[in-house]
Amino acid sequence: MTIKEIFDSMAYGPAPESAAEALAWIARHEDRFGHYIDGAFTAPGETFTTSNPATGKPLAQITQGTAEDVANAVKAARRAQPKWAALPAFRRAEYLYALARLVQKHSRLFATLETLDNGKPIRESRDIDIPLVARHFSYHAGLAQLLPSEHPDMRPLGVCGAVIPWNFPLLMLAWKVAPALAAGNTIVLKPAEYTPLTALLFADISREAGLPRGVLNIVTGDGSTGAALVDAEVDKIAFTGSTSVGKRIREATAGTGKALTLELGGKSPYIVFDDADLDSAVEGLVDAIWFNQGQVCCAGSRLLVQEGIAPRFHDKLKRRMDGLRIGDPLDKCIDIGAVVDPVQLDTITRLVRDNPEGEHYVAATPLPAQGCFYPPTLITGLGTASPLMQEEIFGPVLVSMTFRTPEEAVALANNTRYGLAATVWTENINLALDVAPKLKAGVVWINATNLFDAAAGFGGVRESGFGREGGWEGLMAYLKPARKPAALKPAAPIPAPAEPVVDPLDRTAKLYIGGKQARPDSGYSQPVYGPRGKLLGHVGIGNRKDIRNAVEAAHAAKGWAKTTAYNRAQVLYFIAENLSARHAEFAARLRDQTGRPGEAEVDASIQRLFTYAAWADKYDGAAKSVPIRGIALAMNEPVGVIGALLPDEAPLLGLVSVMAPAIAMGNTVVLVPGQRPLSATDFYQVLDTSDVPGGVVNIVTGPAEDLARTLAGHLDVDAVWSFSSHPLSALIEREAAGNLKRTWVNHGRARNWTGAEGEGRAFLSQATEVKTVWVPYGE
Amino acid sequence: MGGGTAGTAMDPETMTTLSTTATGLLPQVTHPRNPGMALDLDWVASVQANTSAIERRAATLPGRRSVKKEYQAAWLLKAISLIDLTTLSGDDTPGRVQRLCAKARQPVAPWMLDKLGMPGLTVGAVCVYHEMVETAVRALEGTNIPVAAVSTGFPAGLSPYRLRIAEIGDSVKAGAREIDIVISRRHVLTQNWQALYDEMRDMREACGDAHVKAILATGELGTLRNVARASLVCMMGGADFIKTSTGKEAVNATLPVSLTMIRAIRDYEARTGYKVGYKPAGGIAKAKDALVYLTLMKDELGHPWLQPDLFRFGASSLLGDIERQLEHHLTGHYSAANRHAMG
Repeated sequence: MTIKEIFDSMAYGPAPESAAEALAWIARHEDRFGHYIDGAFTAPGETFTTSNPATGKPLAQITQGTAEDVANAVKAARRAQPKWAALPAFRRAEYLYALARLVQKHSRLFATLETLDNGKPIRESRDIDIPLVARHFSYHAGLAQLLPSEHPDMRPLGVCGAVIPWNFPLLMLAWKVAPALAAGNTIVLKPAEYTPLTALLFADISREAGLPRGVLNIVTGDGSTGAALVDAEVDKIAFTGSTSVGKRIREATAGTGKALTLELGGKSPYIVFDDADLDSAVEGLVDAIWFNQGQVCCAGSRLLVQEGIAPRFHDKLKRRMDGLRIGDPLDKCIDIGAVVDPVQLDTITRLVRDNPEGEHYVAATPLPAQGCFYPPTLITGLGTASPLMQEEIFGPVLVSMTFRTPEEAVALANNTRYGLAATVWTENINLALDVAPKLKAGVVWINATNLFDAAAGFGGVRESGFGREGGWEGLMAYLKPARKPAALKPAAPIPAPAEPVVDPLDRTAKLYIGGKQARPDSGYSQPVYGPRGKLLGHVGIGNRKDIRNAVEAAHAAKGWAKTTAYNRAQVLYFIAENLSARHAEFAARLRDQTGRPGEAEVDASIQRLFTYAAWADKYDGAAKSVPIRGIALAMNEPVGVIGALLPDEAPLLGLVSVMAPAIAMGNTVVLVPGQRPLSATDFYQVLDTSDVPGGVVNIVTGPAEDLARTLAGHLDVDAVWSFSSHPLSALIEREAAGNLKRTWVNHGRARNWTGAEGEGRAFLSQATEVKTVWVPYGE
Repeated sequence: MGGGTAGTAMDPETMTTLSTTATGLLPQVTHPRNPGMALDLDWVASVQANTSAIERRAATLPGRRSVKKEYQAAWLLKAISLIDLTTLSGDDTPGRVQRLCAKARQPVAPWMLDKLGMPGLTVGAVCVYHEMVETAVRALEGTNIPVAAVSTGFPAGLSPYRLRIAEIGDSVKAGAREIDIVISRRHVLTQNWQALYDEMRDMREACGDAHVKAILATGELGTLRNVARASLVCMMGGADFIKTSTGKEAVNATLPVSLTMIRAIRDYEARTGYKVGYKPAGGIAKAKDALVYLTLMKDELGHPWLQPDLFRFGASSLLGDIERQLEHHLTGHYSAANRHAMG
């Protein structure tokens, strides 16, 4: 074209970023890569090809990692770990800082290589991914520095295994490697099969930081390599990827004692109220669903727009879609690049093609003739039941529905199995701050979307996984308490004596459900004997229906979460007061059950109630120092309904230690007492007299294993804890995979309920989810 | 010259020129002129502008678009055709204005324009104070470059109302084909939309066939929400263009302000069918900035807003930087200011 012709057309010409340096780096490795283990690249083994999705051209041969490769990498990491953990914090901080600087110094090389391998626009890898990587290492250099003084009683887990996805290859590496190393762990990371190159470049470049060998290991391969890593001798698995694989990992690691964090899929709502800045909300959608070709776990993929403005909003949106430029990802003038692989393109294509309902609008923007490209698509007029409204498409496809009221917006937003992120657009601060806490999501963006920072926790609830990445809360997932717990001896049931001592006045303990005493559904009871053969009473044999009823009652009491923390503190003080009034009775009951004096346990229980009454309004969230004009609020929200298997060894203190932190934070609970259940069943009379709303605390006695299985498999329970001396940990973790509820189990380890480890922040953090609410401001 | 209605004044030959080099362009020749509409206060009240979000869009725009090589040269030439070459100084003299007009006729060295295949390119208009209008009109005789006059007590807009209205008539009589009026900022700051609307209506009427650009002085309006609402009210009052600044405020044209104003233009067109022009003024001094503005117009409003009848740069030093970049494009060597004729 002549200049005159361009002058008339004002077309954007090509503006390609050169791939020469990135290709030269690949060529220096002779187009073939082994793993990076113990500070060196291994000889390539059996390989597969990684390609440029924009052109289909092969980039390099990558080694398919075997179980043996994984074992070697874990061995190297294991060898390196003690020395790495023993380094002064400052030394680890130095290494992390050096990594941050190296990422910056090689930023264009990383960006170009990422775009070649993944297909994302060079603008995104250059302006978003790589700067966030540098920021993550830099921030974690700071965490490493401060860790010993801030958390002197925490220790690294050991060797961490990380399995990461292909949508943000280097950024997800940073999210795993930075906290693992900062906490004193070593790591074996498996990058995604489609996008291994930047991880290998990072390993290569880590040598320029002088990172000790074995601290960072990269094993490449497909899902089978990842599975081998999950099964390997590691102390933690950190996984980011699909919900289905996340569930498999939950099952595979059940009972192993491996720590686990899962960051999984989503179908995140994007809510536009009628008083929003509509043009900005439209632009936000470009950053939500047309960022990274829509291959973003937290993509705002479910548009909910207030009915009165829907036609106008959709018109604006379609016009904006038509202006999106799709093409060569290395071109500095395009908005949308290539989908990562033909397989993914096929998945998106099939999902949309097989669900023709609703009105499909495809952006009037030209598509390249070849390569993995999918046009920006808007689908309106769908119902909540439409598969496209429920399933994660993981592509540039936006689905839209309307709502009438804020209440309905929240209901529709939460009508999903997922709970990763949510976006809210309104100019009304009252509305925004009212809606944000009601959304089931780990992250909420107000009048913005897809904001990320190392200081702000990121992660999901429900089937979007558990654990946070970023901030102190993220680092905690790479640490464990310094204490070395002893094995917990199983509590043997007291057998029926030959001639029981019987008190003629019958006292029948019932179940306690919804604030009422309830007979067990089974109609069966079992006697409870004291160690000296005294028949102390009967307790009901609860079954799955009793658990069902208790969970329903716990949900019906969800208003508890909305009461003020002051109010919850008052209720806890009142419980303590009433327990104190019945001190002698509870002490006697403890003595009858255990054969030991009970006074000290009652005292400790009253004190513990005071502890959590104190905590109720002091377990504060945080306002994170994120690099925007605005605030990122880390709000501690209740987990929801928690099922808990109570300890056998402390019939009263165990109950109080588990119940009090949970309800102090606004949860409702279903408690399953242990082998000496009568203190728990006596306790409902204390609850009845202490202004505890019905359903906040529910008590179901019965066989621990059966009830644990039902609770862990219940799809409307948000967390299950177990301190039982029964070996229930594996069962609970495996059954929990169904809805990916959080679990906190003892793996057969004891806890000293009277000491410091019987209370405090460990309990509070398990009783809460951190929700990060981003609120940019400015007028 | 002045006073000819755009649609009737153009002959077919000029129309051809318009679509190619866009020289000698009268405003609003290809689109019907915005007649204005009744003040719609509900609409005004419903306008929102989220500052943070607008700033984010503005901040990422330069990273989203890139124009290179011959495309960049063509885009820079386009930018020249859109410049209102401006002098608005207390020490302006006829000699100074004549020199500026000569530069407007020949903004780039002829050898460069020849090599670029764009001989005869001129700037969009010349913008001066009322006292300089006649000088400028004479100096531009034989070209089709319109003269724009800043009017209505520029830059503060606080001289007596009747004088401000009279000033418009005088400038039109003197040959100005475009009038850049300043609005009363106090009407915006006190949310007195009726007063702003009435003022705009009166000024539009005083302009007659001359086209009116409403200067909002956005740097003095406090919030982007005010900018958005004032933009809308001025369009309702019949503005042909809305313009950011006088160049005399502490803050002049910015990308966030521009985004806010052109979104108002888009909404106005969607509701009424009339296209209103946009003129950022002040602070746009670099070729690179000009390219960003052009991408903003292209992406947010589309191709019609890359033509001088709907888009102008109010700028005095921008041209010099563009000349240097064009020479670099032609020779491969970085250029120097002294190699290009002063304006």
